[in-house]
Amino acid sequence: MKIRVQTQAFDLGAEVGAMSKGRTDIGAIASFVGLARDLNEGSGVQAMTLEHYPGMTEKALAALIEEANSRWTLLDVTVIHRVGRLLPGDPIVLVAVASRHRGEAFAACEFIMDYLKTRAPFWKKEETAEGERWVDARASDDAAAARWTPPRFEAGPD
Amino acid sequence: MKLRVLYFARLRERFGVAEETLDFAGATAAELIAQLQARGGMWAEELAAGRAFRVAVNQDIVALDAALPDQAEVAIFPPVTGG
Repeated sequence: MKIRVQTQAFDLGAEVGAMSKGRTDIGAIASFVGLARDLNEGSGVQAMTLEHYPGMTEKALAALIEEANSRWTLLDVTVIHRVGRLLPGDPIVLVAVASRHRGEAFAACEFIMDYLKTRAPFWKKEETAEGERWVDARASDDAAAARWTPPRFEAGPD
Repeated sequence: MKLRVLYFARLRERFGVAEETLDFAGATAAELIAQLQARGGMWAEELAAGRAFRVAVNQDIVALDAALPDQAEVAIFPPVTGG
């Protein structure tokens, strides 16, 4: 398991490669990369700054990986989230999940992202032509996280 | 008891403070929120009933009826928007 909160960019290929290096029991790695968009709530975004709660952030990410591990049989998980100032097109977050079969990897990757969006203490502030604004939480993110309760213990078919 | 109280994101900016140490005579997170609301101004506005904010105690998000232990690290922040 790898959790990183960092200002610098990450390399998806290198992270996925590191998960499978030297082992032959992994049959599937599903990954998600979130990027900074240039448009939100109808206006252009020139840049964004991500703030977090040092200490709690790492603890919250570990807790949601632990929750994923309790629902699916996972072989490895990597979560990297960037903080600081980012430009449109910049990668923000990486989630990669390794398992024996794809069903668990796909499901756990989506679950971790849905929970991260509603539980990990990060906040985005956007710079637009009209000035700076804090991004509001979305009801659709709460709905996405709520899909996963009660726990689903069954992975999909292989 | 003494509490260390942290504020993040929009609330940190509006309150103009990132961190403070408080004397607290109550028991629960809701009572701490009431004590802060009593400061008036932005505090009353941002922490009013119906406003969306979260409270974490020792780095775990809690409900407002949660008890606050002495020397707790309490954080008050807007709903999260990472990812």
